Amino acid sequence: MIRFTEVRKEYDNGTKALRGISFQINDGEFAFLVGPSGSGKSTIIKLITGEVAPSEGRVMVNGYNLTNIAPRQVPYMRRTLGVIFQDFRLIDKKTVYENLTFAMRAVGSSGREVRKRVPYVLDLVGLSHKADQYPDQLSGGEQQRVAIARALVNNPSMIIADEPTGNLDPQRSLEIMMLLERINELGTTLLVVTHEKELVNRFSKRVIAIRNGRLISDETGGYYNNEQKV
Amino acid sequence: MSRKFDLKFYASEGLHSIFTHGFMSFAAVCMIVACLLIMGSFTLVAVNLEHMLGQLEAENEFLAYVDETLPEDEVTALEDKLLALPNVSEVAFIPKEQAKEDYIQSYEDTENFSLFESLPDEVFRDRYAIHVVDIEQMGETVSLVQQVPGVVDTSAMLEVAEGFVVVRNVAGGVAIILVVILLVISLFIIANTIKLATFSRREEIAIMKMVGATNAFIRWPFVFEGLILGVTGAVVAFFLQWGVYQLITTAISQAEGAGLIDLIPYGEMALPVIGIFLITGFVIGVGGSLVAIRKFLQV
Repeated sequence: MIRFTEVRKEYDNGTKALRGISFQINDGEFAFLVGPSGSGKSTIIKLITGEVAPSEGRVMVNGYNLTNIAPRQVPYMRRTLGVIFQDFRLIDKKTVYENLTFAMRAVGSSGREVRKRVPYVLDLVGLSHKADQYPDQLSGGEQQRVAIARALVNNPSMIIADEPTGNLDPQRSLEIMMLLERINELGTTLLVVTHEKELVNRFSKRVIAIRNGRLISDETGGYYNNEQKV
Repeated sequence: MSRKFDLKFYASEGLHSIFTHGFMSFAAVCMIVACLLIMGSFTLVAVNLEHMLGQLEAENEFLAYVDETLPEDEVTALEDKLLALPNVSEVAFIPKEQAKEDYIQSYEDTENFSLFESLPDEVFRDRYAIHVVDIEQMGETVSLVQQVPGVVDTSAMLEVAEGFVVVRNVAGGVAIILVVILLVISLFIIANTIKLATFSRREEIAIMKMVGATNAFIRWPFVFEGLILGVTGAVVAFFLQWGVYQLITTAISQAEGAGLIDLIPYGEMALPVIGIFLITGFVIGVGGSLVAIRKFLQV
């Protein structure tokens, strides 16, 4: 669960990224976070992943209070999250299988756990047959599937996807969103940051819209329209 | 899923990344080898200089002339008195007959050699050859010997002794300064080389941080990598140093007029050299890795 309570964030250079935002995303939910560039979406992601701390207010993520979390607790908080990026961020010198293994070993999983979990997740994203290939041998859509598999491999309770379809064509984008929806149906909470209206509107999920660091709208089954709401 | 210290995993990750980032690893090892070779060469030159000066110092002695009126038993008793003085390591009695013989022999190759042969023994005095422990205190020792009853005069080449001391002190000081400067430069270069190697892997570190790896977990493979690179560099430098030293030793032994230069065999210094190289390689490898990844962990 994510809960933002009157969160403000001002960077050292004086930029006010968030000006008092409150929202809550419950376990099992699927929510879109939308807004134009500079609206504060990236700051929200950074607050959730513990990369920055709020200037004011309270951020709770999966039971961790990130307002005053001890630095040594941050890795354990991050293990409850899976993060997906627009540019995939795969390790080019490792195969698909090794990219997933790497993520599991990084949190201390044993070889046995890895051998059991990685094939399952690769099957879930439909890439079992590409396990021995390197990222540069895959299409953009396949690379994003690997990134999703990596986000899933440590069995997090929540996935944060930051513009996951930004580098993909419409067909691949739709496939990725359908995959994320399926993952959500299996019980994982999803927060997808995007500004792709067609995709948001097609899935008819909860939409949290922000602009200039303020919450503009928050509706389940919402509709993303630049002119009317955001 | 937290796990205890997994040595095998960290070592295998460290080894694996050495080969995955082969060029940077090669560059780091080359830097370590170059730095150790330069430092090692300067140190070996200094050690040999010290050794040679030590030999010269050991041969250094001065003479104490005995009063010719002194009864024979008192002349013999002088030996114990001289040995009891501070800074005296060895005392050897030279009777006047022997002194004359040595004197004549030193003119053996000259034209007027026959003139010296006819010298009576009485021209010479009985004497003691006195070796000192510390050449630096030779002046004080000579003064003490002159105060011993029965000693009428002394003959010491104090200028030569002082010259030895100056050369040794200067050589030692220069060697220490050079080694310290080279060590600092080596650390700087190696830290930057490893930083460059680490920079190309910041994405890996960022991914590890993102999935929830602890700083210790991220750090250990780099520590092992630095350790392996440092030790490899030390071993390679040791053998290269050996080769270079052998070449120099051979060249000197074959050169004319180099008979006075007595170099220490490498075998005698091998243990301390490999020990110092391994310790230095360890420090700069591991230290360089820790310094290099520090800033990438602050996310």
